[in-house]
Amino acid sequence: MKALFNVIKSFTLFELLKGMSLTGKRFTTKKFTVQYPEEKTPQSPRFRGLHALRRYPSGEERCIGCKLCEAVCPALAITIDSEEREDGSRRTTRYDIDLFKCVYCGFCEEACPVDAIVETRVFEYAFFERGQQVMTKDMLLEVGAKYEDQIASDRQVDAPYR
Amino acid sequence: MFDWVQNIISVIPPIVLMTVYMFVFVLVLFGCVAYVTLAERKVIGFMQVRIGPNRVGPKGFGQPIADALKLMFKEMILPNDADRFLFRIAPLLSMIPALAAWAVIPFADGWNFADINAGLLYLLAMTSLGVYGVVVAGWASNSKYALLGALRCAAQIVSYEIAMGFALVGVLMASGSLNLGDIINEQQGGILHWYWLPLFPLFITYLIAGVAETNRAPFDVVEGESEIVAGFHVEYSGMGFALFFLAEYANIILISALTALLFLGGWLSPFPESWFTVPYLGALLGHGPHMFIAKTCLFIFCFLWFRATFPRYRYDQIMRLGWKVLLPVTLIWIFVEGVLLYFQVSPWFD
Repeated sequence: MKALFNVIKSFTLFELLKGMSLTGKRFTTKKFTVQYPEEKTPQSPRFRGLHALRRYPSGEERCIGCKLCEAVCPALAITIDSEEREDGSRRTTRYDIDLFKCVYCGFCEEACPVDAIVETRVFEYAFFERGQQVMTKDMLLEVGAKYEDQIASDRQVDAPYR
Repeated sequence: MFDWVQNIISVIPPIVLMTVYMFVFVLVLFGCVAYVTLAERKVIGFMQVRIGPNRVGPKGFGQPIADALKLMFKEMILPNDADRFLFRIAPLLSMIPALAAWAVIPFADGWNFADINAGLLYLLAMTSLGVYGVVVAGWASNSKYALLGALRCAAQIVSYEIAMGFALVGVLMASGSLNLGDIINEQQGGILHWYWLPLFPLFITYLIAGVAETNRAPFDVVEGESEIVAGFHVEYSGMGFALFFLAEYANIILISALTALLFLGGWLSPFPESWFTVPYLGALLGHGPHMFIAKTCLFIFCFLWFRATFPRYRYDQIMRLGWKVLLPVTLIWIFVEGVLLYFQVSPWFD
């Protein structure tokens, strides 16, 4: 009896029509594709993009060469050399981040006792030649100077939770 | 107003005129084929809640042109082990029948290139010839995937040809003519007089067999990306591939047009005759080529809709459907139709 019912049901193409009604419905629903270069999705203040090294408002660089970021980095992307400056303070002479190794986990930012290394919201960057992926200290400081306002305000928003 | 046009046309020898008409028609058909590819990507995109191509030109309307240019400038690679002559001729073998079939298709009463009495047989012959392109391509490529694709194609098309042929027999019995113009004139009298209603099972069978004939989803085992890479055209690139692509879409348009002709009354209007005299709108609602084109577009849309909806059939399921389901259905309905004809059931068979 059931088999007969199934045969009749399959001859009415019921299931095919059901499937087609679903796709037919989808045909008319509103599309929510984000048209990327023109439109962008909202970003969290915790977004982890391109790295930057920050300075204090006085112009003094924050990084004290403690190498905690280098130690915590799971991808071994950070390389730091440091030595004593004329005024007796410890500062880095070399601070390289290999962006090909970096997994953008944000551990360096969390490990940093002075909020020197941060990840900005910048994510649209590309390299056109080999070697360009290694961000040197100067490049990182430059990024930091360029986006300082946003970096500071994002840290401010997140401060209560840290 | 157009006297001077008619004067010019009357002095041109008919053969030259015909050639010009055909040339223009083929160009228009190529344009349609190009835009069916865009329609496919758009429709399937919309059904998957995407937008589809929209970067080239306004709303993506330049996309088919960009694709065509890209394919034209690409190198056509000739595999070492390929049969050179057959490899080059195969795309043409699949393209030409798809174009040649249009010769007998009437866009309106008397609007066709060749008004031959065996029009339906000619169409059946032409749609069957398309399989040779695929089989020859699969053989000449000398690749295992291409050969498997060609074998599948041959078996599938031969199987569905029979169900399709029987569906056409039903139309033939109802109209009593092989001439396409006569078939449509027999369907006159409004939407309920068209053959889709009395021949409903044959109509559905023809549509399904048409999808299988053009190797479209859900019967696209010939290309079977997941098992045999791209099937028969795996070794083709550049213009050779473009020709296969054109042939596939030209066949979709052709099968859609045929379904519209045989079962939906071709150029006949679905509206009541009293509407034809409505000022301005009357011409739009009346009989004419625009009705034929609209119906064809409806079926093309169905083809795309099927592709967006159904998963691919397994190969043995395809064979089972063709031989054990569609064929008996058509045979039974031809018998039923015979009974209806014998008793002259109105309004279709009186």
